[in-house]
This record gives sequence, C-alpha cells and structure tokens, in this order.
Amino acid sequence: MDEVKLLGFWASPFVHRVIWALKLKGVKYEYSEEDLTNKSELLLKSNPVHEKVPVLIHGDKAISESSVILEYIEQVWPQNPLFPKDAYERALSRFWINFASDVGMIFRSFYLSKEENREKSRREVIQVLQIVEEQALKDKNFFGGDNIGMLDIIYGSIPHWFEALEESVGVKVIDPNALPRLYAWAQRFKQIPVINHDLPPYQDLLLHMKRVRQRLISQPPNSSA
Amino acid sequence: MSEGEKVVKLLGAWPSPFVMRPRIALNIKSASYEFLEETLGSKSQLLLQSNPVHKKIPVLIHGDKPVCESLIIVEYVDQVFSSGPSILPSDPYDRSVARFWAAYLDDKWFPAMKAIAGAKGDEEGKALIQQLGEGLALMESAYHNISKGKPFFGGDRVGYLDIAFGCFLGWLRVTESHIGLKLLDQTKTPGLAQWAETFCADDAVKPVMPETDKLSEFAKLLMAKTASN
Repeated sequence: MDEVKLLGFWASPFVHRVIWALKLKGVKYEYSEEDLTNKSELLLKSNPVHEKVPVLIHGDKAISESSVILEYIEQVWPQNPLFPKDAYERALSRFWINFASDVGMIFRSFYLSKEENREKSRREVIQVLQIVEEQALKDKNFFGGDNIGMLDIIYGSIPHWFEALEESVGVKVIDPNALPRLYAWAQRFKQIPVINHDLPPYQDLLLHMKRVRQRLISQPPNSSA
Repeated sequence: MSEGEKVVKLLGAWPSPFVMRPRIALNIKSASYEFLEETLGSKSQLLLQSNPVHKKIPVLIHGDKPVCESLIIVEYVDQVFSSGPSILPSDPYDRSVARFWAAYLDDKWFPAMKAIAGAKGDEEGKALIQQLGEGLALMESAYHNISKGKPFFGGDRVGYLDIAFGCFLGWLRVTESHIGLKLLDQTKTPGLAQWAETFCADDAVKPVMPETDKLSEFAKLLMAKTASN
C-alpha cells in the first residue's frame, strides 16, 4: 500500500477539502504543515508550476489543485462515494464545483473591498450565493442530498471561513433572512463530526484573515497575492 | 430509450475553441449530433434556457438535459458513449495530470493569449507574450513526459488533454500573426510542432478545426465590434 501524504496549510479551505474527502473515505494519510513564507523543497518539487498547497503525494506521485485531487481521491478510493453515479448528475456536480471558483472571486472582492465599494460588493456576494442556494442546494439537507457529497465539501469554506472573512471586513452578509437555506445548511455542515474535528480554531483563523487582509489592501494593485 | 438513441444537440459557434472540444469528443465516439449555431451578438432562447447561469456556449443537450462547460461536456460524452474509444486516461494519476494541465490552460494560459489583443502598451503586451511562451515551454515538457514517444498526449489516440489544448491552435496562429512572432514552432517547441500537425490532421479534429485566415477575419470583426461598443 502506497503511503499518502498531504502538504497543507492550517488556514486553507482548499486543504480542508482534501482532508475531509480523505477522512470520509477512511484513508490514512500523513499531514505535513507548510510554512508558506518558507516553502519546503518537497512542495516546490511536487508543484513547481504553482508552488501551492494542497498537494497530495501518493507513493511517488504528486497531485496538485484541490478539485483535481478530489477527483483523484474519488477514483482511487471509491468507498463512500462523493460524486453521484449518474453521468448527468455528475456533470451537474462538476458544474457547481466550477461555479465555486466564481463564488471565490466574488468573496475575494468583498474581502478586499474599500468602504466606497463595500455595499455593492456585499450585494454581489448575496446574489451569487442566492444562485447557489436556489439552483444547487435547493430544499435538500445537504448539497449531496441526505448525506454530504462533493459539493458540500467544495462549498464547505462558507460556514467557517466566510464567517471569519465577514468579521475581518466588519460586515455580516450570510444571515437567516437573506439566505435561509444556505445559512441552515452551514450550521448543519459544521455539526458533522468529520468536519467538526478538523476546523481551524476560529479565533486563530480570524486573526490570520485580518492580518492577510491588512497586508493585501496595503499592497499596490495588480500584485499577485 | 438507451443513451445512444437520445437526440444530441450542441449549441455553439464555429470560431469558439471551447465549442470545438465537445465536437471532437462526439466525433471520437462517432456520435451524431445536431449543431445549432449561435449568432454573434445575440443569444438564442434555447441557450438562455439551457445555461441560465452563464448564458455561454458550448451547451450539449442530450435528450432534454443540458450539460454546460466544455470540459464537463467532454467527460460526460466519454462516460455516456462508453462503446467508443476512451477519451479520459484510465489510470487515476494520468487522469489527474491531464486535468491539471487542462486547468492550467483554461485558468492561466488562454486568458493571457486573449489579453494580448487588448493589451495597453508595449510593457503589458511583452509580459503577456512572455507568459504565453513560458506556458508553451511547460506544455512542451509535459508533452514529452506524458506522450512517452507516442503521437498524442493521450497516447496512440487523441485524448482529453489533446482536446483541451489542441482547440486553441487556431487562435494561437491568429495571435502569432498579430504579434509577428512564432511561439509554437520547430525550433522553440519541436515536440508540440509535430503534435500540432498530427492533431489537426486527425479525422475527429479536421472537420471542426477552423482555418486560420477565416479566424483572422473573424478576429478583425470582433475587434471592430468591441471597439464600437
């Protein structure tokens, strides 16, 4: 049995996607924390193109990009499937996985928004999440139906991370009035033992997000952060 | 009704590299489909209904179910038309490598190529051209590692990464003539130069690869339209 190693960063929601998938499938792995200000040889060698976490190392093979890693995990460890079997349903899941990137960009705009743009940005967040709520989550308990699936993992950065993001900006966006179903889902999602046991401590995350925000908004525009 | 019997429609436009992807996939599977051409500047009711979130082509409509996003459609076609040759590699790691590079091309490389046309000034243009060149160097190296001496990224046959990358060749040629510089050629990227020829000559690709001069004309039209908006 080839060893599984995960290169990660404690505050990264993308790394947590991989952790959750591995845990849900009962896959044993070794976690290695990266200092992103001083990246390890192994990280630079395993992901030379992007030099980012997460990276999954399975035996001598390195896989980068969280969505690519998740597809790999699903194929190699098919127990407790996270994707639906039906080809069409699977295509729909992939569509919403891609959409999460669009959501992420809007989150980032909000995170870095200046006071004069904040309200507009806040409304954009609500709009995009309304699409997710109405078309992907709908009236289900989880995106995956009665149990969590790939989309719950993908959107799993909303419950904990986006809360910290809101607090670091100082504006609440996701509440039971604007996004009732998504809000309820977020509370439900955080209660799941596999998820719950692996969340970064909230106060640490908040501090981290405030620090990063300060750094990014004081940088000149168009810098790749 | 079996999957193979359901009617397949593809909403698209001939200049779009993204639309080429599902067309190549369907050709590989010898699957017949009705191509519904969207006109530039207006979106059909069917498109707006089938892809309400993005309102973009390509959209595959299988029976009555719409599938959106070019690479998602390719995976769908591969899974549904299981009797034809495989498009995705079967090995999980090979599959992850193909997906990794497809994501790189869509997220980083093609946006740089698109941006060259609208680059404001020399500095920005130069930086983008450099990025494009560096990306091609990465793809040249990837090609050698992945093809292992065979003609395609997919081995003996056109596969997922061939489709994901090869669809951009027409627009790459247009860009090269626009900037007056060859980026993919025998000297800089010998492996890819050979691959590009073989890819464009493939039976599944030839019928849907637009001619470079037609694309150039279309590009001029697009620029004029954008300028007047």
